[in-house]
Amino acid sequence: MLWETLRLAVQAIFRNTMRSFLTVLGIVIGVAAVIAMVTVGQGSQEKVTQDVESLGSNALMVMPGAGGMRNGGFTSDRPFKKDDADAIEDLTVVRVAAPYSMSAMAVIYDGENHFTSIIGANGDMSDAMEWPVEIGRPFSDAEERGGRAVCLIGVTIREELFGNRAPVGEEIRVKNMACEVIGILEEKGVSSLGEDQDDIVVIPLLTYQRRIAGNDDVALIYLSVRDGVSMERATQDIEALLRDRRRISSGEEDDFSVMDMAQLASILTGITAVLAGLLSSVAAVSLLVGGIGIMNIMLVSVTERTREIGIRLAVGATAGQVLLQFLVEAMVLSLLGGALGILLGLSLAAFAAHLMAIPFSPDLFIVVLAFGFSAGVGVIFGFFPARRAARMDPIEALRHQ
Amino acid sequence: MAQGPVQVELRGISKVYGHGAAAVHALSDVDLTIETGDFVAIMGPSGSGKSTAMNMIGCLDTPSSGDYLFEGVHVAALDADQRALLRRNYLGFVFQGFNLLARTSALENVELPLIYKGLGRAERRALALEALHKVGLEDRWSHDPSELSGGQQQRVAIARALAGKPDVLLADEPTGNLDSARSTEIMELLTALNREDGITIVMVTHEDDMAAFANRIVNFIDGRIATDIRNEKGAA
Repeated sequence: MLWETLRLAVQAIFRNTMRSFLTVLGIVIGVAAVIAMVTVGQGSQEKVTQDVESLGSNALMVMPGAGGMRNGGFTSDRPFKKDDADAIEDLTVVRVAAPYSMSAMAVIYDGENHFTSIIGANGDMSDAMEWPVEIGRPFSDAEERGGRAVCLIGVTIREELFGNRAPVGEEIRVKNMACEVIGILEEKGVSSLGEDQDDIVVIPLLTYQRRIAGNDDVALIYLSVRDGVSMERATQDIEALLRDRRRISSGEEDDFSVMDMAQLASILTGITAVLAGLLSSVAAVSLLVGGIGIMNIMLVSVTERTREIGIRLAVGATAGQVLLQFLVEAMVLSLLGGALGILLGLSLAAFAAHLMAIPFSPDLFIVVLAFGFSAGVGVIFGFFPARRAARMDPIEALRHQ
Repeated sequence: MAQGPVQVELRGISKVYGHGAAAVHALSDVDLTIETGDFVAIMGPSGSGKSTAMNMIGCLDTPSSGDYLFEGVHVAALDADQRALLRRNYLGFVFQGFNLLARTSALENVELPLIYKGLGRAERRALALEALHKVGLEDRWSHDPSELSGGQQQRVAIARALAGKPDVLLADEPTGNLDSARSTEIMELLTALNREDGITIVMVTHEDDMAAFANRIVNFIDGRIATDIRNEKGAA
């Protein structure tokens, strides 16, 4: 009997395919929106985690100014010097500390002009950030100490300036300096904040200070904590050292900040999760609206099919059987809508993941949940019309024109 | 001639619609007994209560007062679901407007009551084809109602009423929408079902020509039985 009812429902739905499709459109859009939001949200969270892992799992960042990242790294507080990085590296809890400066400017090669980030950093940055040179070679000690005009480039620079030509051994112009390309950095891709991490030119720190910045400042210090040392412990030691070096008396606040990259990641992940949750709940409201759409059409359908209901009652259908028929019909309808919505939502999410260069990570749980929810919508919003059908008086129903 | 045991017994049946001054007495104290195997025509002007009597016999309606016994069962004491079971297992309906499901093949229309009986697909198909054969339409089983003539549609409706092998066939103006040649065909079919298969037939009509096919003609006026006569011609 249940199987028969199911067959009847499917028949009734496909007897008017266009109307059935329009009926479930609300559910389709609602489910698709929820699925797409959640899937993209999860993808971006995974991306953030991946990015942070690529920075090195024991990474800390030290920058001047108490605000840390809050003011975007710009501050009037005293900058660091290379000595500070060396002193930090001498701490037993620290494996490597890499001083780092940067500014944005154009690089020129063979008439091609490209605006990019110029970074002043030594070989220890590759180590601290786990970012090796892929083609060519890293800076030599002599080049770092002598402040020579050599550089490493990211893959985006290679594509933008050199096309198919081999860059190693060529000279590019940075500000007024001609600079020999000695290597290409491994590809890193787009960061979770949307910036192209391969769009950089790295020159030795001393070269940067002398030829680009014209001072001996260091913008920030990347460092990697020794395995087995807790981040809290390392942070305390570094803070104590820097307070001492910067002569901050015990009542005063730090004029620098030590940031844990994992902490930063959890903040970013949190923001992404809140955003995704917010958008999903808006999408969930559209599911509710979709359910009301189904109820509306089912009510119309019950009125339209009054005579049919009369016939069924006359030939011996019980009120329960008529109720079941219309309920199953509403449920099958919304389940079909749910299935369409899941397909559409996953396609949208896959497309968005491709565009945003984040992982496409569909979650079985949310798919099952969306499917179950559509079934629920069918039952809840199908019940009222179905009960109306079941309560019809067969004589009246048969007389209906 | 139709002298089986009593199948349908209305005892002092009244049906009142509405209340107080607006009350309409559709049936007033009607006594009617129909034996198994009879062919009864119910006649009367519109508003005389003939349709209400028919709905009462068909267990679609319940009396305001009085007793209705169908094959000895007190119908008034049954709830809606039990009356549905009674219709499903013992009664077949044929309507003036055919009342077939649109965009549904003749075979599926005939199968409809069998679905509610809970029969399997193969059994339903066999019974439905048998019923279509009986009305001479087995070669049209796949056609939709819209592809059939009025007479053919009414024969499909008769096949649907027959498919469940009912004891009583109730026909409400079965020829009302048909021309006289088609009407005669339908009446001959009903007569054959009554004689050969022993199905009791109760038919509402306002046409004397059609009533002439019956063995017994009951005339309703103002909710009461005015005349109740044996029709020797119909029995012949």
